[in-house]
Amino acid sequence: MGILQHGITRRSVIAGTGGLVVSFSLGRAFAQAPAPPTPPATPPAPPASLPGSLDDDRFLDSWIRIDPDNSVTVFTGKAELGQGIRTALLQVAAEELEVDPGEIEFVTADTGRTPNEGFTAGSQSMQNSGTAIRNAAAQVRALLIAEAAKRFGIAAAELKAENKSVLAKDGRSASYGELVSGQMLHVEAQPQSALKQPGTFRVMGKPLPRVDIPAKVTGRPAYVHDLRLDGMLHARVVRPPSPAATLMELDQGAAEAMPGIVSVVRDGNFLAVVAEKEFQAVNAMRTLAAAARWQEKETLPDQTDLPSTLQGLEREVGTVAEAGTLSSNGKVFEATYTRPYQIHGSIGPSCAVAQMKADGTLDVWSHTQGVFPDREAIAEMLAMPEEKVHVIHMEGSGCYGHNGADDAAGDAALIASKIPGKPVRVQWMREQEHSWEPYGPAMLMKVSATLDDQGRIASWAYDLWSNTHSTRPGGAGALLAARHKAQAFQPEPAELRISPSGNGDRNANPLYTIPNKRVLWHFLPDMPLRVSALRALGGYANVFAIESTIDELALMAEADPVEFRLSHMEDPRARAVIELAAERFGWDKAKIARNRGRGFAFARYKNLAAYLAVAMEAEVEPETGRVRVVRVVSAIDSGEIVNPDGIRNQTEGGILQSISWTLYEAVAFDRTRITSTDWSSYPILRFASVPDSVEVNIIERPGEPFLGTGEAAQGPAAAAVANAIRNAIGKRLYDLPFTRDRIRNAAGRA
Amino acid sequence: MAILLTVNGSPHEVDIDPATPLLYVLRDELALNGAKYGCGLGQCGSCTVVVDGEAVLSCMVPVMLLEGREITTVEGLGTIDKPGPLQQAFIEVQAAQCGYCVPGMMMSAHALLRRNARPSDAEIREALATNLCRCGTHMRILAAIRRAGELMQAASLPRPDEGRAG
Repeated sequence: MGILQHGITRRSVIAGTGGLVVSFSLGRAFAQAPAPPTPPATPPAPPASLPGSLDDDRFLDSWIRIDPDNSVTVFTGKAELGQGIRTALLQVAAEELEVDPGEIEFVTADTGRTPNEGFTAGSQSMQNSGTAIRNAAAQVRALLIAEAAKRFGIAAAELKAENKSVLAKDGRSASYGELVSGQMLHVEAQPQSALKQPGTFRVMGKPLPRVDIPAKVTGRPAYVHDLRLDGMLHARVVRPPSPAATLMELDQGAAEAMPGIVSVVRDGNFLAVVAEKEFQAVNAMRTLAAAARWQEKETLPDQTDLPSTLQGLEREVGTVAEAGTLSSNGKVFEATYTRPYQIHGSIGPSCAVAQMKADGTLDVWSHTQGVFPDREAIAEMLAMPEEKVHVIHMEGSGCYGHNGADDAAGDAALIASKIPGKPVRVQWMREQEHSWEPYGPAMLMKVSATLDDQGRIASWAYDLWSNTHSTRPGGAGALLAARHKAQAFQPEPAELRISPSGNGDRNANPLYTIPNKRVLWHFLPDMPLRVSALRALGGYANVFAIESTIDELALMAEADPVEFRLSHMEDPRARAVIELAAERFGWDKAKIARNRGRGFAFARYKNLAAYLAVAMEAEVEPETGRVRVVRVVSAIDSGEIVNPDGIRNQTEGGILQSISWTLYEAVAFDRTRITSTDWSSYPILRFASVPDSVEVNIIERPGEPFLGTGEAAQGPAAAAVANAIRNAIGKRLYDLPFTRDRIRNAAGRA
Repeated sequence: MAILLTVNGSPHEVDIDPATPLLYVLRDELALNGAKYGCGLGQCGSCTVVVDGEAVLSCMVPVMLLEGREITTVEGLGTIDKPGPLQQAFIEVQAAQCGYCVPGMMMSAHALLRRNARPSDAEIREALATNLCRCGTHMRILAAIRRAGELMQAASLPRPDEGRAG
């Protein structure tokens, strides 16, 4: 028999008595034996640390299942977000299992089926899940080979795995399905695996076409938006007009009387309509919105003076890095940079489907980044036991962090709980996504740096002001529906935490050699605008500020910006991407036309993931203030490469998205309401302003660990734009975004 | 009210409020996934379909205006087993990240390539002026549309071996 029969969940089997569980209970039985009294036993050694997410879900069959019919299933707790992770993880599994990628059934984030890998965030899927799957697959292969060795009576070294079979030189072979039995794969992984060597790869390191693209370009169902269940109803939420509004009066009669309306849902400040057809729900939403009277409050800060606003919210200071003694001797450069609130801006507004079933369990289909934390929040909101809530990931429109996905799931769950039996689909409207998704936090960065008389950086004081960059679920208070319902949940209070990968302080500590430095995070626990994780977190604004400053210091030192960076950089892999980007751009010989400038920037994402350097040429129209980045050349080192085209696609995308943030994007608000509620009040990059070329050069590092890639470009691309504009017009811009007005003003004063 | 629509060459009769935007009819009545809801405001292009050869924002057009007109969605360009040249080009170039905006891009491109098989880069950018992409896949989308033009031209030319004895 296989590890699992169909229809039984993997978890119910794990919960049963596997071999290891039995041995544990035996151990306990002996320990409880009455006599003779034993001296206190030495505490058991903590379990050995396992690679990647294997450390959290230690059984091989949590990750890989092989059935007697020779079918292979691989499980990941990570979710496809449009970043291509499904394909890259599939390549890893196929490589180590010696199976064709097309022959693997691949199951992603599902609270009923997959390991709990928290959030698909922080560019950690390859490091965590990729490493786990790779090691688990290698160990499964070794177990199957060992089984074949036993059956054939020959040494394992004489056997090889190929195409879902183990083969002997004498021609004997057995398929994986024939070899697997009982609990063979229900064993804990070992700390070490016999991984395949880079020279022998068939699938890894090669550009396997993304497995999801054919369906997406032919109109096959691909997103949660495309889920159509029998008898499914369509809901729309009526959100308050402003973040702190309270519902005073509601005449729901007119909406209820509209054609196709099944229900008007009211729970405190949570309002929704449910209809048979989608456009009926849209019309009823408008009618209901017009029939609601809200009391609004001025709770939003003064947008025109972001630095004072942010500094006024400071309650605590954390030290991110400190070395030597600061001084103000020598040449000093001081600057203040700002970054506004910015949106994730998914092209498809958030969507979810939920169904409260007759047995009292709730199914929720969501494009959340974390099915398990989302389940926890929904269960708490509805006072249900977690095991009665089943959250299944389905793709959404690209999210780039914590957007409205979890909230839409919460909306669908709350509405479905009031209409038992019926599947309910909730689709957010564009203005709801713009107004209610949690934004990337506004930030203020102050730098004071000095050069010694050799033109080297001597002292570096860096202060940043920021909220936390993560208010993800966990608690119900993270969900809008839970905050708005009558029995309201409050968001968890934010806490200052300094960690190696960073949050608001991500990448705040420059990687350059600087003898004396101090980096402080002035922490703002209150969030007048709701904020959470946006791609790269604080890394976007911190790298923008640091790399803008490095360019100014290079100017002060009369050094070339690339040379100046190299002269302060020891890490050979950092130097390699800087040198490669400069070389491919033709930094030394590039002739830059009038009204054009070139800019360079570098960062190692989180100071521990992928290395990325980028050079850009930008064109500035001084009269109109319009900027267009014309040419981009980047170099990236992501460690061992699984899918080079995936790295390229993510890096191109990160560069263009960061250009969009940097040139155009800021959430607008008055003291009461968000006023940037669509693509005309919150413009983004359009085709007319897209570069002529974007080049991504990948440095191969066979045998090195995977390094997170998906967010590596955000900071360096912003800084390269800033430095190219500085080079073009001779003036530096300190406040994001670089709107036409700001460019015109700066250029006019040049 | 019953409305007669021709979508991807097939007639359909739908019983719907005639003011309903085409987008909801395509998605909910005909179960076609290609046209996507993005803004409902005519600002993002993810709902783009082709009507009588022109790119049209299906979130903005009431279905009652479309009787007797030829509506084409991305499903009309080919299938997963037999992709048309535009679909083939997007797969070949891997011109998607999340892919949500891509069918709308393809339909804008389809309208362009029907009237101009060899568009310049500027003409492609102009045809995509109302299409927004958030993942930053723009360079690949441009490349895929150029590639689709090539594939279409190659398909319309006689094959080099045609007419030879063999």
